[in-house]
Amino acid sequence: MSEQTSNSGGEFEREPVPDSALLGSGKFWGMYAGEHAAGTEFMIGPLFLAAGASLSDLILGLLLGNILAVLTWRFLVVPIAMSKRMTLYYQLERIAGGSLVKFYNLVNGLLFCFLAGAMVTVSASAVGVPFGITFDVPSNMFGLSNPSFTALVAIVGVVIAVVAAGGYERVARVANIAAPWMIAVFAACGIVSLAQMDATSVAALSEGKFWSDAIAFVQEKNGPQTFGFWQIVVFAWLCNGAMHFGMADLSIFRFARSKASGWAPAIGMFLGHYMAWISAALLLAALIKLQPSLALGTDGKVTANPGLLAFQSLGWAGIICVVIAGWTTANPTIYRAGLAFQGILPKSSRTAMTLVAGAVATIAGAFPNLSAQLLDFVGTYGTVLGPMGAVIFVDFYLMKKFGLQNEYATRSGTPINFAVLIAWLLPVVVGLYLIFQQGVFAAYAVIPCWIACGILFIVLSKFTQKASSESSATVSS
Amino acid sequence: MNKIAKVISLITLSLVVVPCLLYFVGAIELDAVKWAALAGTIGWFISTPLWMSRKLPVDATEVEI
Repeated sequence: MSEQTSNSGGEFEREPVPDSALLGSGKFWGMYAGEHAAGTEFMIGPLFLAAGASLSDLILGLLLGNILAVLTWRFLVVPIAMSKRMTLYYQLERIAGGSLVKFYNLVNGLLFCFLAGAMVTVSASAVGVPFGITFDVPSNMFGLSNPSFTALVAIVGVVIAVVAAGGYERVARVANIAAPWMIAVFAACGIVSLAQMDATSVAALSEGKFWSDAIAFVQEKNGPQTFGFWQIVVFAWLCNGAMHFGMADLSIFRFARSKASGWAPAIGMFLGHYMAWISAALLLAALIKLQPSLALGTDGKVTANPGLLAFQSLGWAGIICVVIAGWTTANPTIYRAGLAFQGILPKSSRTAMTLVAGAVATIAGAFPNLSAQLLDFVGTYGTVLGPMGAVIFVDFYLMKKFGLQNEYATRSGTPINFAVLIAWLLPVVVGLYLIFQQGVFAAYAVIPCWIACGILFIVLSKFTQKASSESSATVSS
Repeated sequence: MNKIAKVISLITLSLVVVPCLLYFVGAIELDAVKWAALAGTIGWFISTPLWMSRKLPVDATEVEI
């Protein structure tokens, strides 16, 4: 993997972090506090309601799922991060080989484009509110919305891509500054929505009629759907599967001085994936109660339009929040995807590749159904990228115990460790088949694929490492 | 200067949250909440950059979900 594509903050990318650069727990709490309250939260929260999740299941399911996510960060990621003190990409390069890591990063980049596309849709939904441009979700996956909204997506996408091509630092700084305000806006949206639904007493809150009425409305318009307790738990646990099970946050925790830093994601989870999701869901419930006609798309089905939802609750501040949340999420995502593409074509300029990523994201954003399927997309994202974390786990804990060599690509000098390639792709292909052909809930596939990848990696390494050591012995004899 | 900016940021942030609570208990109207939130938003983005110049977190290029 080139240094360009493994950009992870520009420090100690290809060496262990020295003791002098380690950070205390407070830094991690501060960092995670501002993360995970992003543009995606405005889409994901209402989708729980639209999918028919009950309020009690949502409150308890998210609680349990987020606790499991924090435990995964703490006990899966942090020990390896603190022991190796290397980025995910550098560790993978040492195990899987540089070419394979480039391929992994390309896949990562393409998935980022779709995530950024969803955020372009979210931002456009907010920009369209003052202009009276409605956000229609067509019935088929690759159907366009109305021409005005599609044109708006193109404009917003171009602006975001051009800003991303100029570098991510300014936007990252805006995101930093906006983070506490964004969290406050999420909380405000939830409080206002409850008041709009007259759910201002303990009795009304515990009865939850405001929620069940909204669910009944959604079911009447969209047809019966269920999103049960365990689906919520697994989704909340694994929606960041690429970061914890997939070990992407090794790059962050390699700076940790103490294992206690591993508890820091709790603040991001409980602000972003608990309070913000529930608040965003309440926005849709309030709109259904107050102005049900506005919650319906042209096809007569309930549609979560983040811009409209925030505007009804908090006016212009809500719109600004949706625009900034979508923009500050899409921007680094497009930038990161551009870097991944540049890794494949090293002679191309970063600016050009960022614009290509922006174009892909804008095209994806023009299909509103992609953002409406964000619950499935996030699960698919974890299914595809998560299993690489099993490769890191097995290499760290098990390879030597099974009499095999760890960091095999570095030792053998191979650009592609086929044991890793097959162990990664085989479960992922099966997982994608189950998700797209058999209709399995995407987040359910993350852990089975992770386990299968780990087992396959050991078994295949038994053959590939033996074969390679035998052939080198033959050559030397 | 920093201290004053921090205090203004705190006040502007409370302009986003406190009126919502007042609306929740029925003390003010929704329009007042919306105007206060807009004023708080504008104030936050004017005052906060004056003092919040903390270093970008490691892996600021990473993607949030």
